[in-house]
Amino acid sequence: MDYGLTETQQEIVSLARQIAVKKVKPVREHYDKTEEFPWPVVEEFRKADLFGLYLPEQYGGLGGGCFELSLAFEEISKACGGIAMPLGTSSLGSLPILLFGSAEQRERFLPDLASGKKLGAFNITEPEAGSDATATKATALKDGDHYVLNGIKNFCSTGKEADVYVVFASTNPARGPRGISAFVVEKGAPGFSFGKKEEKMGIRANPTYELVFKDCRVPAANLLYKEGYGLFVAQGTFDMSRPGIGAQALGIAQGALDETLAYVRVRKQFGQAISSFQAIGHMLADCATQIEAGRALLYATARAMDAAMKPAIELALKERLPVYDAMRKLKTRRWTKESAMVKVFCSDTAMKVTTDCVQMCGGIGYMRDFPVEKFMRDAKVTQIYEGANQIQRNEISMMMIKEAASQGGEG
Amino acid sequence: MPLNLLVCVKGTVSSTSGALRPEGQPLSPSPLDEYAVEEALRLKERVPGSKTAALSLGTPASEEPLRSVLSLGVESAVLLCDEAFAGGDPVSSAYLLSLAVRKLSAAAPVQLVLCGKKTNDGESGQVGPALAAWLGWPSACAVRKVVEVSETSLTVERALEGGVETLALSFPAVLTLTKEINEPRLPSLKGKMAARKAQIPRWGASDLGADAALYGKSAATSVVKTAPVPPRAGGVSIPGNTPEEKARALAEKLKEMKLL
Ligand SMILES: Cc1cc2nc3c(=O)[nH]c(=O)nc-3n(C[C@H](O)[C@H](O)[C@H](O)COP(=O)(O)OP(=O)(O)OC[C@H]3O[C@@H](n4cnc5c(N)ncnc54)[C@H](O)[C@@H]3O)c2cc1C
Repeated sequence: MDYGLTETQQEIVSLARQIAVKKVKPVREHYDKTEEFPWPVVEEFRKADLFGLYLPEQYGGLGGGCFELSLAFEEISKACGGIAMPLGTSSLGSLPILLFGSAEQRERFLPDLASGKKLGAFNITEPEAGSDATATKATALKDGDHYVLNGIKNFCSTGKEADVYVVFASTNPARGPRGISAFVVEKGAPGFSFGKKEEKMGIRANPTYELVFKDCRVPAANLLYKEGYGLFVAQGTFDMSRPGIGAQALGIAQGALDETLAYVRVRKQFGQAISSFQAIGHMLADCATQIEAGRALLYATARAMDAAMKPAIELALKERLPVYDAMRKLKTRRWTKESAMVKVFCSDTAMKVTTDCVQMCGGIGYMRDFPVEKFMRDAKVTQIYEGANQIQRNEISMMMIKEAASQGGEG
Repeated sequence: MPLNLLVCVKGTVSSTSGALRPEGQPLSPSPLDEYAVEEALRLKERVPGSKTAALSLGTPASEEPLRSVLSLGVESAVLLCDEAFAGGDPVSSAYLLSLAVRKLSAAAPVQLVLCGKKTNDGESGQVGPALAAWLGWPSACAVRKVVEVSETSLTVERALEGGVETLALSFPAVLTLTKEINEPRLPSLKGKMAARKAQIPRWGASDLGADAALYGKSAATSVVKTAPVPPRAGGVSIPGNTPEEKARALAEKLKEMKLL
């Protein structure tokens, strides 16, 4: 399908595809097996400028938006959704700074994140605060010009390898959800260490770590936006980052389908290629149709969101405001519903497609020698992280009800 | 002392394009030329302050391959382009390239010219050494490693059939390279964007002050005489229906010839 990409967007796709084919595909099995961090490939992403796709040129980025990030994330994920992860996690670390940081904070942190010299990460989850972020227990109590962080965050993607962590802790436990705040914590901050590394089903090329804070002193200048705005920071970030998960999911689905199509055309049973059986043909058709539907939803949403965000980002840079304030000034709409739809649809599609791909390939599809089972393992997490799909559906329906109510509907 | 490094790049139709007719197909750098570009960039990194430039002889369509070279980090490029250049042979191509090398050297002396060992279309492998001959510079062909580089010379290794030769060359010099030498890098997006905007000057016959007798159709190789290799005498077929029969017949034949 021709989505009318600009010349720059076509170049992003073509370069990301070259990296996927030449640098990612040959090593994906190795990193899946060893669970090592794929530094040589991350270096390729860095040299190609992929970390700055969505960041303003003023900070050394390429001035694109979440559409450009999605294009690259999708292409790399066609080869390996796990190795592609740092593109996503670094955006999760950068976006809260771009959207909620002050001009000074943007200048301090974004250039190194845009160049890929530093990797970003994001950690809101805690052992007892998963879907329910309001249950955050970690604390950040003010002490002079510092906050003192205590507590455990977990399931942090690209943990230990990243340099810049956006973490959430309560500055005022008495206020419950309204006491939660977001901070930028740099690797090496005293009292900040890494705990358990998880052993995972999929995306094994990306480390998932526990972050441990023991009287960790963080400068007050690292507070993002204002005290008590943590959950706004998280939601505002997710609005823009969830399409990226959609892109990763679609890439995984497409990668699995490409391998499967090649296999079913050569695999012979009952004296003919198995692709000639209608049962297989229809499954192929459904997989391709669902992927294309997801892609159309992803691209349309990402483009509309980028176009809507652009004036707010420009105003924020010009007047040295947080982007969030510029959004409020310009009454920029929120994208919670649409970005949740993208995330749900693309990740459910990825799980269905990869499961069907294993089925179409039969026994060999289940074996580690063949890449398709890995796509199925990698797909699963896209239905879980950045908000489980049940939570996305809660958000979508909640927004629907809100919208209906604001339009004066009944009920 | 920093070096001025020049890479010769020919735009050709990719052999994986599947195109049967080359006309009108987009051009990309001939594959081995990509190794020459990579080596020039590596030498630039080895000798701080050095500069790289690319040179191509071709039609206006050769601008694209030059842009792709610029997107990798080569700083400038020149396209030798003139309708009168058409129809030449490797020696006349080398003549035109040599004039451009001299013209560039007049502004800033070029120490080293790097070429691919051969292109994926003509495959003559003659342009590099012929360029060195026109320039009167030392050259080494089929280089697979640059062992050492100094301000005035370099030491290279080249693959021979069944051996390796190490050569020292003093600057200025010409090298042609094989694909064992390195692994070409991928471009960066910023590089691609800058390359899209880059100005690529075009030099024609008059810019080069070229002698019309030495390029284009009039200078092309003409076939004076062909001396085909004499056909081989027919062989002997060994009769027999089974491998055993054939083996027996073969053994007898060999005995007859006193080879067994
Ligand atoms: C590989 C991996 C990487 C991750 N990386 C990060 C990271 O980098 N940073 C980070 O902060 N977090 C990360 N996470 C955490 C992830 O975001 C959470 O796992 C996710 O939000 C779900 O939370 P939970 O695991 O606690 O599940 P729970 O909240 O315990 O949910 C369990 C089940 O109950 C359902 N459920 C819960 N509440 C409701 C409800 N109200 N309505 C309906 N259903 C509900 C859920 O949908 C789910 O099916 C990662 C997780 C994984 C697996």
